Amino acid sequence: MTERVATTPGLFPLPDWAKETLSDLKGHQKGDLLSGNEGPEIVSTYADVRSELIDDQLDAGLDRIVEGQARWDDMIAHPLTVADGVETGGIVRYYDNNNFYRDPRVVSEPTASGDVAEELASASDQLPADDDVALQAVLPGPYSLSELATNETGADAEAFRESIAAFLAAEVEALGDHETLFLLEPSLVEQPPEDGVDAQASDAIDRVASATDADVVVHTYWGAIPEKPYAHLLDADIDAVGLDLVTGDRDDSVYNVQEYGAPDSVALGVVDGQNTLVEEPETIAERVGWFEEQLPVGGFETTYVTSNTELFYLPENKYQAKLNALAAGVEVLS
Amino acid sequence: MVRVPDVNRDQFRPKSHPNDHFLLTTVVGSYPKPKWLNRADDLVDDPDSKFDADDLAEAHDDACRLITHEHERAGLDTVVDGEMRRNEMVEFFAHRIPGYEFNGPVKVWGHNYFDKPSVVEPVEYDEPWLVDEFEFTSDVAERPVKVPITGPYTLGFWAFNEAYETTEDLVYDLADLVNEEVEALVEAGAQYIQIDEPALATTPEDHAIVHEALDRITAGIDDDVRIGLHVCYGDYSRIYPELNEFPIDEFDVELCNGDYEQVEVFTDPDFEPDLALGVVDAHTAEVESVAEIKRNIKQGLRIVPPEKLTISPDCGLKLLPREIAYGKTENMVTAVREVEAELDAGEIDLENPLADE
Repeated sequence: MTERVATTPGLFPLPDWAKETLSDLKGHQKGDLLSGNEGPEIVSTYADVRSELIDDQLDAGLDRIVEGQARWDDMIAHPLTVADGVETGGIVRYYDNNNFYRDPRVVSEPTASGDVAEELASASDQLPADDDVALQAVLPGPYSLSELATNETGADAEAFRESIAAFLAAEVEALGDHETLFLLEPSLVEQPPEDGVDAQASDAIDRVASATDADVVVHTYWGAIPEKPYAHLLDADIDAVGLDLVTGDRDDSVYNVQEYGAPDSVALGVVDGQNTLVEEPETIAERVGWFEEQLPVGGFETTYVTSNTELFYLPENKYQAKLNALAAGVEVLS
Repeated sequence: MVRVPDVNRDQFRPKSHPNDHFLLTTVVGSYPKPKWLNRADDLVDDPDSKFDADDLAEAHDDACRLITHEHERAGLDTVVDGEMRRNEMVEFFAHRIPGYEFNGPVKVWGHNYFDKPSVVEPVEYDEPWLVDEFEFTSDVAERPVKVPITGPYTLGFWAFNEAYETTEDLVYDLADLVNEEVEALVEAGAQYIQIDEPALATTPEDHAIVHEALDRITAGIDDDVRIGLHVCYGDYSRIYPELNEFPIDEFDVELCNGDYEQVEVFTDPDFEPDLALGVVDAHTAEVESVAEIKRNIKQGLRIVPPEKLTISPDCGLKLLPREIAYGKTENMVTAVREVEAELDAGEIDLENPLADE
């Protein structure tokens, strides 16, 4: 019997009050963005935000709770922009969106900061001692992070990817207890690795995934992973691949799973993280059912039911509505 | 295909124009708001203040009058009110188009947010969007007034689409509404319209959607109305030469920002519409010298002959300090008039306009 788990890939929007407070405290310019050594007033504002984002998830009834990543000014490039060995460059476009982040210019081997581990520890302190909810860590996957960064280390592309994987593995080792780790890998779809690089990407993911005992979900979005990188991804020791059933041709993702198989579990992006239209719980259940019906073998161990993308693209009220919809969708399935 | 820029250009030549050659001077649109206007915008939301919506309307009128005259003082051939009544280029229109709703701000980058609207029903045309604004500016201006309108591609793709099967479908419906608005503006006397499509700069592969939208916008619009298209800095090679087929009179580019490295993109094949060339940078707070701007103008002569060259700043100047924006505009006009005089005197080699630089 498949266990259905309602969760998200994290990176939530700031509550509206915090948008204003933090922009007053920090400023609007490139140099004002987060560097990892913010002062006490900013730290305490983010602590309030974290509590609120955790409450949003508990109120909605999600099964996995994320920290919310409200501090990630540079979206999934965040772990690098607060690391040593990295200088922040110009503002560059975040994938195919009207969003921008600071280009992390990696000038020497980046060293893990433990910044994300600290966030997770703070989140952990706020979780109720309750068997029904568990903590989920979120990090970029090594392939996407190396694609988002600029390599100024002098090392070749392969060595650079390895150094990013080592960096992320160290960040993962620093994490406290977590039930699940989501590694966000949109670049596997957006800038898919070419022949040869696909195997390296899989090795890099394996290295990061091996640094935790938790269940690791490699979550992809903005379409389907091309066949070869998908097949290589399965060589990594991971528990689930996350597939986007909202954007792009979902039949391509089904085909990959039919043709090449999948780990024991799967994550399905069935709620649109980039549109304010809120899905009905029945629609969410139908999308999960549609996917599961097309696979010949008997069920997955776990199906993570999630939004396809991060949720920071949405206004506050719609982000909350999406959390509610995810939990209600899983309720319908059970 | 391209409209008829040679037919509608001369109406903007002032009677007192000092030179035989005429490089049309204009602006992209937005201009720094006077500080008191920003205060007034905040004050009207303050429940403890007596400052009300009528007072704000008066403040907007005053600001439009001020900036229109500031443009004339700088010597521009065609002027804009600096978009003093507009807050943001999508929001302003979304508030006027039934079918949109607002849910709150979303992140663009860092702590910069945008009230990204959602399209929740098919869009409709209700009241005119800009006719009052145009009539007011036209009344206070001595020079012809240009009207910038956010284009349907940007109005569609910079919103959440809840109501249409595809965002492309939404764009075409919006293009039909823009066409109605252009007709209403022309009816009110407008002769120079600029469609702003910054969203195309980030997704140039969608040029065919913009083309189809422009076909709809310009349907039934007389040849004597000048239609421009402004696309902000991006990889122009992705939309060239396709843009030669767009039904426009003028294409306005932001090339100063990239130090004219992309000029060659536009030289083969020949550039079909008139070229509106950005010659001052909208992102640097130093006023370029007249000599530097003259060199920039000559970059445009590498693409088109003088009779097809319009001169403008790179983009809207609204993020600059006001005195810098004015300084850039004034120097720009001075530089244009000097280049015209040099052209009259045969001092510029049109085969190699930068030969003396």
